[in-house]
Amino acid sequence: MEETAADKRINIKGLVCPYTFVKAKLAMESLEVGQVLEILLDSEEASRNIPRSMEDHGQKMLKNEKINDTDWVLVVRKERE
Amino acid sequence: MMDFTEDQLQRYSRHIILPEVGGKGQAKIAGAKVFIVGAGGLGCPVGYYLTAAGVGTIALVDNDVVEMSNLQRQIAHSVNTLGMPKVESAKRTFEALNPDVRVIAMQRRLSKDDILDLIRDYDVVVDGSDNFPTRYLVNDACVMAGKPLVSGAILRFEGQVTTIVPHDGPCYRCLFEEPPPAGLVPSCQEAGVLGVLPGVIGALQATEVLKLILGKGELLKGELLIYSALKTEFRKVKVPRNPSCPLCGEHRTITELVDYNEGYCAMP
Ligand SMILES: [Zn+2]
Repeated sequence: MEETAADKRINIKGLVCPYTFVKAKLAMESLEVGQVLEILLDSEEASRNIPRSMEDHGQKMLKNEKINDTDWVLVVRKERE
Repeated sequence: MMDFTEDQLQRYSRHIILPEVGGKGQAKIAGAKVFIVGAGGLGCPVGYYLTAAGVGTIALVDNDVVEMSNLQRQIAHSVNTLGMPKVESAKRTFEALNPDVRVIAMQRRLSKDDILDLIRDYDVVVDGSDNFPTRYLVNDACVMAGKPLVSGAILRFEGQVTTIVPHDGPCYRCLFEEPPPAGLVPSCQEAGVLGVLPGVIGALQATEVLKLILGKGELLKGELLIYSALKTEFRKVKVPRNPSCPLCGEHRTITELVDYNEGYCAMP
């Protein structure tokens, strides 16, 4: 996976579906096309669902990594409005 | 970008996660102003769903008070609001559902002298009226003011919906130039209606309003959608613009609003 500096970071630890995706989607909407969002989360379900939903919406997943026992980091690039 | 409160994030989450809506679409809905003619069978479900959807401002116009015979289909009213103006009864129901929404209750009849002023500040007009004089008045005013109009009608087991985008599609007079003579309209005894029918038609009207606000999807423009509850059947009938329409055609003969005589049976 390529390393890309994030333009925006959000921490959605403690949230569950669908608010995990609600927060991630709103953060994506605030970015320009080409910018990158980094998401820190601790929901295993969201670590599977957010990447799928982002790709359904036409965005590009750059990274989906479990960083410790409880947390994941997702990196998404905005491809379209 | 709209700053949502935590309550709003939760309330509108199922909208926000739709690609066609998102936070930006929800902000458009919050900024929209919708004018609903009639707080009866159609106006109740239209207003109810638009309130739930978070439409920022909803005006309701109706002159009637709540009666027991309304409760079989007019879902914003209840035994607790019998005798109250319908617009006030509906306002209470809608405000209890969603305090984000500003409901403007106008207990009155619309007339040719004030309708243009009343609709001026609104983005979309919804016709849920129960009589032909109002239907034609609202159509004519919307065409003159260039306001999109989502029109609905119900009788017995059948309902109709169409969306009129003035000068971009047909208007109501392109279909029917003049109101029918009062004698040809069903009398009160004949004009029954299945209680859930306005729910179906009103929900379709509310859907058209949201698509207009969002600028997404395809509108029922130039099409009449006809629903038969008995047959469980939807039919779409193409309606072309009428080049000789007296209101929106090439040679317009209607240049002022008309108040047609009453004498029709009030139903929805
Ligand atoms: Zn016309």
